[in-house]
Amino acid sequence: MRLCKKWGLSVHKDNQPLIFELTKEGRIGYSLPELDIPEVELSSLLPEGLLREEAAELPEVSELDIMRHYTALSKRNHGVDSGFYPLGSCTMKYNPKINESVARFPGFANIHPLQDEETVQGAMELMFDLQEHLIEITGMDEVTLQPAAGAHGEWTALMMIRAFHISNGDTQRTKVIVPDSAHGTNPASATVAGFDTITVKSNEYGLVDLEDLKRVVGDDTAALMLTNPNTLGLFEENILEMASIIHGVGGKLYYDGANLNAVMSKARPGDMGFDCVHLNLHKTFTGPHGGGGPGSGPVGVKKDLIPFLPKPVLVKTEQGYHFDDNRPQSIGRVKPFYGNFGINVRAYTYIRSMGPDGLKAITEYAVLNANYMMRRLQPHFDLPYDRHCKHEFVLSGRRQKKLGVRTLDMAKRLLDFGYHPPTIYFPLNVEEAMMIEPTETESKETLDAFIDAMIQIAKEVEETPEIVQQAPHTTVIKRLDETKAARTPVLRYIKA
Amino acid sequence: MRHRYLPMTEQDEKEMLDTIGVSSIDELFSDIPEKVRFQGQYNIKPAKSESSLLKELSQMAAKNADNRNYASFLGAGVYDHYKPIIVDHVISRSEFYTAYTPYQPEISQGELQAIFEFQTMICELTGMDLANSSMYDGGTALAEAGMLAAGHTKRKKLLISGAVNPESQDVVRMYALGQSIEVVQIPTKDGITDIDALNNMIDDNTAAVLVQYPNFFGQVEDIRKVESLTHEANALLVVSSNPLALGILTSPGKLGADIVVGDAQPFGIPESFGGPHCGYFAVTKKLMRKVPGRLVGETTDEVGRRGYVLTLQAREQHIRRDKATSNICSNQALNALAASVAMTALGKKGVQEIATQNILKTNYAKKAFEAAGFNVLYQGSHFNEIVVNVKGSVTVLNKELFKKGIIGGFDLGKVDQNLEGHALIAVTEQRTKEEIDALVQEMGSFRA
Repeated sequence: MRLCKKWGLSVHKDNQPLIFELTKEGRIGYSLPELDIPEVELSSLLPEGLLREEAAELPEVSELDIMRHYTALSKRNHGVDSGFYPLGSCTMKYNPKINESVARFPGFANIHPLQDEETVQGAMELMFDLQEHLIEITGMDEVTLQPAAGAHGEWTALMMIRAFHISNGDTQRTKVIVPDSAHGTNPASATVAGFDTITVKSNEYGLVDLEDLKRVVGDDTAALMLTNPNTLGLFEENILEMASIIHGVGGKLYYDGANLNAVMSKARPGDMGFDCVHLNLHKTFTGPHGGGGPGSGPVGVKKDLIPFLPKPVLVKTEQGYHFDDNRPQSIGRVKPFYGNFGINVRAYTYIRSMGPDGLKAITEYAVLNANYMMRRLQPHFDLPYDRHCKHEFVLSGRRQKKLGVRTLDMAKRLLDFGYHPPTIYFPLNVEEAMMIEPTETESKETLDAFIDAMIQIAKEVEETPEIVQQAPHTTVIKRLDETKAARTPVLRYIKA
Repeated sequence: MRHRYLPMTEQDEKEMLDTIGVSSIDELFSDIPEKVRFQGQYNIKPAKSESSLLKELSQMAAKNADNRNYASFLGAGVYDHYKPIIVDHVISRSEFYTAYTPYQPEISQGELQAIFEFQTMICELTGMDLANSSMYDGGTALAEAGMLAAGHTKRKKLLISGAVNPESQDVVRMYALGQSIEVVQIPTKDGITDIDALNNMIDDNTAAVLVQYPNFFGQVEDIRKVESLTHEANALLVVSSNPLALGILTSPGKLGADIVVGDAQPFGIPESFGGPHCGYFAVTKKLMRKVPGRLVGETTDEVGRRGYVLTLQAREQHIRRDKATSNICSNQALNALAASVAMTALGKKGVQEIATQNILKTNYAKKAFEAAGFNVLYQGSHFNEIVVNVKGSVTVLNKELFKKGIIGGFDLGKVDQNLEGHALIAVTEQRTKEEIDALVQEMGSFRA
């Protein structure tokens, strides 16, 4: 604000204008079809009082104004195509360009979900074949593509588990168990599906504590939700024992597919004893992350959950593909239509670009990259769990914290080097956590450069901590006042 | 194997294994018990080169009838509208589409500001105080609105108009199931919510009344009567709206809505076989801290520059965990961007003009059908859609129309037995007079 006062400006001179501030009355940016029918007075066609009196204040700008505005905004945004993005548990791998082209084919982009089935057989064929591929990849018996995102898939699967237990008369199964290292979405999904959540502890190796698991299960157990490898990037090697504990009490084992990139072709959820799984096609299968969606969260299930799949279910008949609505035990519809088809097209294109050996190589390189980074960074940061990781690993900034520099500061300092920082302060069971997931699409040179930056930051923490504490120094904006944003929320533009 | 997406060379691999201190990549998987280890390779189709895959998939796409080659009169929640060319150019900038949720605001100002602008435009159209950064789609947004209302009023019943999109009604019932909330349908009369029935049904256990404006049958319902009954019962009024229609209709906010939701698909988002589209969610200020999903707020940095951050995060699932009232994380950010660009391109004047064209064309089609002797149901006001009574089955009719290059209307018999033999015909600004006239003519032999 000093600058504002100094220059006598009401707004800061470096503010990026909002599109509303570029508006000039009389400019247009559109080209509508010519009206080829007689015009009629609108007031005669609408009930009294329902013809809008005050116009919605949308911008008035030319097409070039629009393009320059959004180009300027894009330059203020970091994506995978801008630089390394090792955001743990998000699998920020390269987004292949062929996916974008295929999703824009008019035969995929410009078809209506309610067209006669005979006129969309190509789209249904793609969906069916994608389901078949996902069935093989997960080791499940059936897959639905309906859920819109990972969280939506979690809830869908839990609703199916709920319906399964109710159909068996097991109405007392009201508890869903989640590990203490689980992402917050797991308990939130359980609550939204009407379950109570119980937490199971991790042991000293970062894995689910079997004794604690035995203690919390019972005839009220509906399911255990598990990510494997877990959020620490560690494989739950007791998975078969866990499956037998859960199945022993009549519960279901749920696989959170957020970390599937770590185990493709190495271990399938279906073979590990899981009864259902959700996938994040925008993570493992390169539907782009889009700045926070759209995603796609298909759910795979074993045989005894099939009757409960959301409807309609896509089936292949002698006459062609068909959406079957006649599913008496179905939980219902979790989303209008058939899921985020456009993202599913991208995922399918990717799987077909990779093939079986490609999918195997993805996991191998993802795990190689993560272990390489972990070992090179180990001398400079605390490594709470010293064992082979899978596709990601978690460091602790405890050592640096003692010197007065927090993980948040180090994350901000990474911005100066042109990197997106790792996921920080998650999982919750590691102090000052930094969760790093390099993915398989990054080269050794990129990994080395990032590692060097991290080592330099660790050195700065010891020698010139203020550089780190005051970071970032090179971004278009410095740290923002989040407290102010929450205390006096300004959630929309209002014309001055 | 070598692949264009995988940069590691043999030399890299060797050096990295040395650093790790293992002799093979396989060793890194030694923690996976032998019993669950997958052997060999997936039994899936082999990899294809870029050109041959493009060829195969373009052939698969060509098996579908798209609305560039057919005149489509199909709507029922998804519409063929003007998509400004610029939309795809903006969302193809990979700084946007290869980023994720803006957790690091210093390097995500572009996305954050774009969403702040989206929130503002949705507020302008709906007449509400604030809007979130998007939901999956209109159906799930409506369901979340019902859940919010139940949580806020601590009541366990939702009344939903029979004139709400049936797929959305299904989704509301689905969400309600998990929360043990009762959902009761309000009957319709003459294609709109039956006010007398609502008056009899509403009680002090009603959390909200859910209506659609314009409704599923294309009727512009006068929701003011619903509003007064709803608020007399201290319930919340939830309105699902096509935001494009709000370019010319009095906003639900002005008519007293507490929550306004819908799908921004009509603004520049391709039909894409039903998804991804873009739900929106707008509320009055008193509900601000109960909104599901992400909110972007304005603030300043250390030197006073204006900037944007994700805010009020204490509402969200990753903080509240099992106390959360919604589990949404990823939403439809890129499609919200697309809708923003389309709303910007249309702008203040264009959004009025496009909405007006839709009303005029719908009414033109209605008159044309009536002039040809068809029975067009419901005499109220129409936006985008009319219900036309036809002889025999709409499915048979549509097969005939298809041969003439026309994608016919939605078969209402699929959702309501009483409406067998009724087509829901959608007319947007994209349909020319010639196409509308041709439709009426081709349907001639199906006049009931």
